[in-house]
Amino acid sequence: MLEFVNFYLIPGLVLGSIYALGAIGVTMLFGILRFAHFAHGDLMSLGAYVALSFVAGIGLPTILALPFAMVIVALASVGIDRAFYRPFRKGPTIIVVIASFGVALMIRSLIQLFWGVEITSYVQGIQRPLVLFDSLRIAERHIWIIALTVVFVVAMHLFLTRSRLGKGMRAMSDDADLARVTGINTRAVIAWTWLIGGGLAAAGGVFLAMDTQLNPSIGWNAILPIFAAAVLGGIGKPYGAIVGGLVIGLAEELSNYPWFGFEPLLSPGYKSGVAFGIMVLMLIFRPSGLFRGRVL
Amino acid sequence: MDSAFGIMMYLVGLLTMGGIYAIMSLGLNVQWGWTGQFNAGIAGFFAVGAYASAILTSTGSGALMGGLGLPVPVGLVAAMVLAGLTGYLVGRLCLRLKSDYLAIATIGIAEILRLIVTNEGWLTNGTRGVSNIPRPFESLGLPWAQIAFASLIVALLLVLFLALQRLARSPWGRVLRAIRDNETAAEAVGKNVVAFRLEAFVVGSAIMGLGGALTAHYFKFIGPEATEPLMTTFLVWVMLIVGGSGNNKGAILGPLLVWTLWSAMEIVTAQLPPEWAVRAAYLRIFLVGLMLQVVLQRFAGGLIPERRRGT
Repeated sequence: MLEFVNFYLIPGLVLGSIYALGAIGVTMLFGILRFAHFAHGDLMSLGAYVALSFVAGIGLPTILALPFAMVIVALASVGIDRAFYRPFRKGPTIIVVIASFGVALMIRSLIQLFWGVEITSYVQGIQRPLVLFDSLRIAERHIWIIALTVVFVVAMHLFLTRSRLGKGMRAMSDDADLARVTGINTRAVIAWTWLIGGGLAAAGGVFLAMDTQLNPSIGWNAILPIFAAAVLGGIGKPYGAIVGGLVIGLAEELSNYPWFGFEPLLSPGYKSGVAFGIMVLMLIFRPSGLFRGRVL
Repeated sequence: MDSAFGIMMYLVGLLTMGGIYAIMSLGLNVQWGWTGQFNAGIAGFFAVGAYASAILTSTGSGALMGGLGLPVPVGLVAAMVLAGLTGYLVGRLCLRLKSDYLAIATIGIAEILRLIVTNEGWLTNGTRGVSNIPRPFESLGLPWAQIAFASLIVALLLVLFLALQRLARSPWGRVLRAIRDNETAAEAVGKNVVAFRLEAFVVGSAIMGLGGALTAHYFKFIGPEATEPLMTTFLVWVMLIVGGSGNNKGAILGPLLVWTLWSAMEIVTAQLPPEWAVRAAYLRIFLVGLMLQVVLQRFAGGLIPERRRGT
């Protein structure tokens, strides 16, 4: 039982938190701009590497480097939108998807160019997990990841429900034309969607790198489970994305648990296929997702 | 004299690989250019074709299944059939999905196929890949083996081009473009939209499988890293869009041009000191990505845009 909690449940929650942070941005962009942002995973990688510069360059602890990474990637996201996505706002959205595919590779190649391709990590050496109640083992970084994700989610909830911009964001996601007629500043809403989506993606990227190691395709490899989380939660529904992220993260980790007998239920090599399986089933049987999102 | 010979052989190599990319780009043109299907999983169909032909035609490479040593044409046909069949299964599952979802789903399928290729060692020899794949005409010796293989690629490309030109003008091709431009209208005049979309997807996938098989035969080796999205999916997309999607001529010109540029940049970066040469390779990917953005924003139709008759 404790083995289950220590090695499957907690890693599942950590992974789920990371996916949730990416999926919130993906689902809000999908809802407001109506396109699947394929470069979102690479924004996560960018966040992870910007943080690395602060950690390795000026010796900040990872947690203090996090806000810098979030701000820089948030601003970069707005810039990327202006340069590469805004010109296509009027045309068919599929062109923006192709453009985002290109942006994904451009970000990754810049990371490889500036930071190199070697696998690195923020902290060298082995980190001992904390042992609580004699038997519950949890790594310090896992506590940080889960706690900070909760903080970000609460902050996002307050923003969406209390602030004028946040309400405008939800309105635009529900019906863009109606929102425009009622006088919502759609340009500001779009800019803030990128700031929040980019900032949360950077946080997800830093957490992912804290949990494992840094490599330039760390974010690209996470994009599929993140899309799966967004689809599962319902497109355009940030709360759905959080639930979707946790479900996908837990499903990936728990699929390796020996539920029957002693063999893992699914060979660990196929772990990343779980997210895809869930996503295809959702798209076929309930495309609106758990939270009744938009169906494109 | 030697340098002239070297340059000629370089051009032959350029034509071979450019021609293989042109074949895959023609396949994508059927799916995207004609029918408007966003297939972001080209690498998956490439892998199915490459491994099918490799396993059937390679000779005794030990543990893995296959190594049957069958003739190359059998491998090529099997590659097209299996890639087409994969396309059929994927299409049955995903073609109901709208554009963005189809992109996500196909990228997922390509990733799953990559997992299978990496994990199922009994079939694919895992990360070590399949070697000892025969290349047609290799018994001719240098330089004629290279020239003969390049001619084979050009001949296949030409046959495919002529066939697709006929298809494009046929009622079948017209229905595909009608579905792309207005699905509801096509349905209203009684066309079975789902069946046409599935057929186009299968034809495109089979052609991509052929491209994969030819690549495997050219390099005489296929491993999981060849099925990464960058070198297949992304590059083929850039090639088709630069050339002009919807137009078979553009679908051939784009790959030849982009592959020439891609290779030329390699010559430049190879001159740099070694610590820079590795990094400059990534600058090359960045520039190709930037080229895609410029073409999308400034020359949306590509170099040879589709000719639209009337309105």
